[in-house]
Amino acid sequence: MLSWIWLVPVVPFFGFLILSLFGGFLSRRMVAVTGAGSISVSTVLGGLVAARLIMEKAGEVPMAFHQVWWTWVGISRLRVQIGFHLDAVSTVMMVVVTFVALLIHLYSIDYMEEDEGYSRFFAYMNLFVASMLVLVLADNFLLLLLGWEGVGMCSYLLIGFWYREPANGLAAQKAFLMTRLADTAFILGILMIFSHLETLQIQEALRRAVVTWPHGSSAAVTVAALFLIGAIGKSAQIPLQTWLPDAMAGPTPVSALIHAATMVTAGVYLIARMHELFELAPVVQMTVGIIGGLTLLLSAMSALAQQDAKRILAYSTISQIGYMFLALGVGAVSAALFHFMTHAFFKALLFLVVGAVSMRLNHERNIMKMGGLRHDLPLAFWTFLIGAAALAGFPLTAGFFSKDWILWEVWSQESGSVWLSGSIWLWGMGMLGVFLTALYIFRAFFFIFYGDQTTQPDRKTPSWALSISLIVLAGFSLMGGWVEWPATFGNVALFSGFIGTAIPVHRASAHVFIEELLIQALSVGLVLFGIFSAYLLFLRHPGLVEAVVGTTPGKELRRAALRGWGFTRLYNWLIVQPFLKTVRVSKHDPVDRLYTRLMVNPYLWMAQINKDDFLNRFYDLLVTVNRACYLAVRRVQNGHLRWYARIMGAGAVVMMGMVIFL
Amino acid sequence: MNHVPLEQGLLLAGMLFVLGLAGLLARRNMIFLLMSLEIMLNAAGLAFVVAGAKWSAPDGQVMFLFVLTMASAEVAVGLALILQLYHHFHTLNADSVSTMRG
Repeated sequence: MLSWIWLVPVVPFFGFLILSLFGGFLSRRMVAVTGAGSISVSTVLGGLVAARLIMEKAGEVPMAFHQVWWTWVGISRLRVQIGFHLDAVSTVMMVVVTFVALLIHLYSIDYMEEDEGYSRFFAYMNLFVASMLVLVLADNFLLLLLGWEGVGMCSYLLIGFWYREPANGLAAQKAFLMTRLADTAFILGILMIFSHLETLQIQEALRRAVVTWPHGSSAAVTVAALFLIGAIGKSAQIPLQTWLPDAMAGPTPVSALIHAATMVTAGVYLIARMHELFELAPVVQMTVGIIGGLTLLLSAMSALAQQDAKRILAYSTISQIGYMFLALGVGAVSAALFHFMTHAFFKALLFLVVGAVSMRLNHERNIMKMGGLRHDLPLAFWTFLIGAAALAGFPLTAGFFSKDWILWEVWSQESGSVWLSGSIWLWGMGMLGVFLTALYIFRAFFFIFYGDQTTQPDRKTPSWALSISLIVLAGFSLMGGWVEWPATFGNVALFSGFIGTAIPVHRASAHVFIEELLIQALSVGLVLFGIFSAYLLFLRHPGLVEAVVGTTPGKELRRAALRGWGFTRLYNWLIVQPFLKTVRVSKHDPVDRLYTRLMVNPYLWMAQINKDDFLNRFYDLLVTVNRACYLAVRRVQNGHLRWYARIMGAGAVVMMGMVIFL
Repeated sequence: MNHVPLEQGLLLAGMLFVLGLAGLLARRNMIFLLMSLEIMLNAAGLAFVVAGAKWSAPDGQVMFLFVLTMASAEVAVGLALILQLYHHFHTLNADSVSTMRG
């Protein structure tokens, strides 16, 4: 049963092959059945494999299943195999990816119904799921990179899915180029691993790294830093986050699956997978935390200023991945993965609800133009409320458990290094982030579902597939966190126990009960305060916000937040504009002109002078002499036979005379 | 055996050669030109034979056989050329066959 694991990525890949080769001949129904069917087969298989892993390998340390199919590359020391490594980390990723992908595929059956690229859409989505599973299950870096680039390519294809709109193509290129930039660093890291440790097997490389590289050695720091850059690009963290808000140009299910739930968390997965390496490089690990903290704050503030519902969620995604980075920065891998899981549920849910709402409003995405939709769209209302509560970290929802865990881990970091005084700051950022998260998501919530109704949704009832996906995701957003209860509430540690079979669990050493309780109370207080503030500021007294934004600093702040703190403009100014300027200048070929001026023109000038051709005179003389000789000698050959004989006779006489007399 | 002195033999050969050369320069008919050539060749052959007899070596007679062979081959080719020329120009005058100017 465990050996069936190869089918998990291969089935969606076959779905992709069928849809891309025969998509044009299949009916829409068949396309939907193939597209969603392959994912459901994959989900079921993934679940079965995960269950077998837990049953068969229980008690083994580390609890892992490893299988190799064939050798992909074998050149002397370089040996790359096609093989999968299934341990707790990859199991969690695999199960969440397939499950969320299944629900989003079900949703897409309805959402994409009227689109002309129906089969193309499902083909790309299937390819994406296959690549993502390869990424997650790969046992070596090259296969991981294959999946990594595969999801990047699918992301590009799906952002630019509606390619007739030039802006979508630009957004796709932006995402592609920025992630590629980071991938270059990732590839360099892989090459360094190979040149130093002589293996590309992830587990083996980690084992050797721990033995070979001393704590804080430069090699470990360099490799970890390169991997961090790769992870930052993929996970849209500062300073490479600008592509994600633009990536919302793609269809909503794409945003939900790729740019919220799965692909953008690949960076988190990478760091979690390589966490032994990051522990060898404390500087880099601290940087991970700082980047996470900064990102979560800045993008939460950006989310507060956005008006496009999908952009709010995009910034929210960046911010939530910031929380995961924060957890990874303090070495709390389990907490990061737990937040990845709950985030996948509630963020996918929020995206899908926004998609469902705007679908009924003639594809309106501006929350300012929505309002009072709670009676017309009850399903959307309730599911969005659950998703928003989970995102904000409302008690007992999934987001509460994961975020709380992260905050506790950051708080309870043992001191000792210089950096640690920073840990309190990181914790402060996380706490402020909790408040901001509640504020921005409930701002969107109130704008969409409360207030004056300005638009009338069409009277289409949602299909069963769409409803089921929303309801199931809402259920998981509500209850998905119940596998892990903090020490203050029952102390259930199913999730951390499971992850602990692969990675030594990083639990705060001493549980100070009161301290933890206080922190939880504080974060719950902040959540409630955030929700209440959102209610006050955006629903009850909208004039207040207007008054603040009306002032000059308020206006500037809002504009900066709206534009994502000017990162795009900075890159535009630093990279894009100089590049365009260079292109414009070289349109007129300055180098070529220089050569013309320096070399071609003098030559032409010399040729002008040499028109009279004094050199040629000499050759002309040769020609004249030759011609004269020719004319002289020509007379001898006159064709008279007797003349020839006479000459010959005379010649013979002369020769004989010379022989005799000289 | 009655020996012919070398001087007389060579003199005869020289006279024959000069006769042939004179015929070659004076005549215009190509047949006669060919015949004059034969005379010159035979004069040369005679000089070989005479010289061979003087030193009682067979080389001179061997050389004469070569000369005869060459002469017959030359006559064959020459007569064939003359025939062709006659077909073409309808004359055997060597001077009027001079269209091949340099």
